[in-house]
Amino acid sequence: MRVTLTIALSGLLATSPAYATTLDINVEVPKLNVAEYHRPYVAIWLEGADQKVAANLSVWYQQTGNSEGHGTKWLPDLRQWWRKSGRTLEVPVDGVTGPTRPVGTHALSFNDRQPALKDLAPGNYTLVVEAAREVGGRELVKVPFSWPAKSAQNGSAQGSTELGKVTLAIKP
Amino acid sequence: MKRTLVLAAALAAALPFSALAHKAWLLPSQTVIAGTNPWITVDGAVSNDLFYFNHVPLRLESVVVTAPDGSSVQPQNSATGKFRSVFDIELKQAGTYRIASVNDGLFATYELNGERKRWRGNAASFGELPKEAKNVQVSESVGRVETFVTNGAPNATALKPTNKGIELIAVGHPNDLFAGEEATFRVLVDGKPTAGLEFEIVRGATRYRNAQEEIKVTSDAKGEIKVSWPEAGMYWLETGTEDNKTSVKQAEKRRLSYVATLEVLPQ
Repeated sequence: MRVTLTIALSGLLATSPAYATTLDINVEVPKLNVAEYHRPYVAIWLEGADQKVAANLSVWYQQTGNSEGHGTKWLPDLRQWWRKSGRTLEVPVDGVTGPTRPVGTHALSFNDRQPALKDLAPGNYTLVVEAAREVGGRELVKVPFSWPAKSAQNGSAQGSTELGKVTLAIKP
Repeated sequence: MKRTLVLAAALAAALPFSALAHKAWLLPSQTVIAGTNPWITVDGAVSNDLFYFNHVPLRLESVVVTAPDGSSVQPQNSATGKFRSVFDIELKQAGTYRIASVNDGLFATYELNGERKRWRGNAASFGELPKEAKNVQVSESVGRVETFVTNGAPNATALKPTNKGIELIAVGHPNDLFAGEEATFRVLVDGKPTAGLEFEIVRGATRYRNAQEEIKVTSDAKGEIKVSWPEAGMYWLETGTEDNKTSVKQAEKRRLSYVATLEVLPQ
């Protein structure tokens, strides 16, 4: 039943945006050999040439609280995202925020009919991925691209500590 | 000997603003914070090394905490130890808090019945000085030691100048400082932009390096200073000046001083 539903849904998604530009992002959370591991907080956003946030695509953080406080307490550790967007947002944000993710490569797909990209003005942009980990480090990688895409664009960036490979594929 | 020491300590605690004095500072546990009603703790001390407690505590009687809406907040769990003072603040509002130790006072020495005496107070209590006092020497000082903490999105209500003494107004925001970027501040004396004030800026953790690595800047004709932060860290910023706008005519000079603790984050 569940399998059928998934197939039906993905079929729906694949067919309906026939003319839409898609933005496929892969973000790798690397496996780390550390004594104390916590999943990283990750923010993924688009930045305009003015270095301001043009769209928040995804933010992963601990959704629950414990004796140390709610998961939102450590959002400022995503320093650049916090400064540029996070501190003026009311979290959670529908379709943007979600729980932290495990080690592995995570595929995200967006299209220009979604709110995040629908109103994106033409210009040069940067995909920014920032990760911060409890008792760990922080890293930020960038992949530039231009919008709207006239032809297919592919870009990637390699993180060295808190992030693995980040790829961006735009298909008009 | 002992008496001199006590006197020196009392003087340093009371007037941490003279050119020869140690560095006075307030050190917040963090400057960028998020959540519902988060707490921060603040240390206050006077020392040579930044930011280490090894001389005398900063007195807390004159601490003023201004909330993001402009109201005043009472510090909690205040305590003063041998080397430092400490207090907590619950950040019930979102926005920027201004935490300051404001000293505005008069200091007098005089002779009464052949004895040397000392007096400390302000313009309102100046009448306390006995009329028979001879050789009265009065000095006035207006000093501010402050720092800033932002819960959530920053705002500027608490940063409005009080127009008394020296104040430093960030053209951006004092909790928006990043290594490798340039920050601009406006220097006000009694609310007026003032040129020619010399600033000394020193990054903390001085114990772990061989030089102060101080940054020296002077306010320009517009009364502004520009600082490029070489690296991330907690920075101590100080300036001072003198004028003759005293609140009582017996005082010849007014000594003004300003200290801010500013956190600079890495890119």
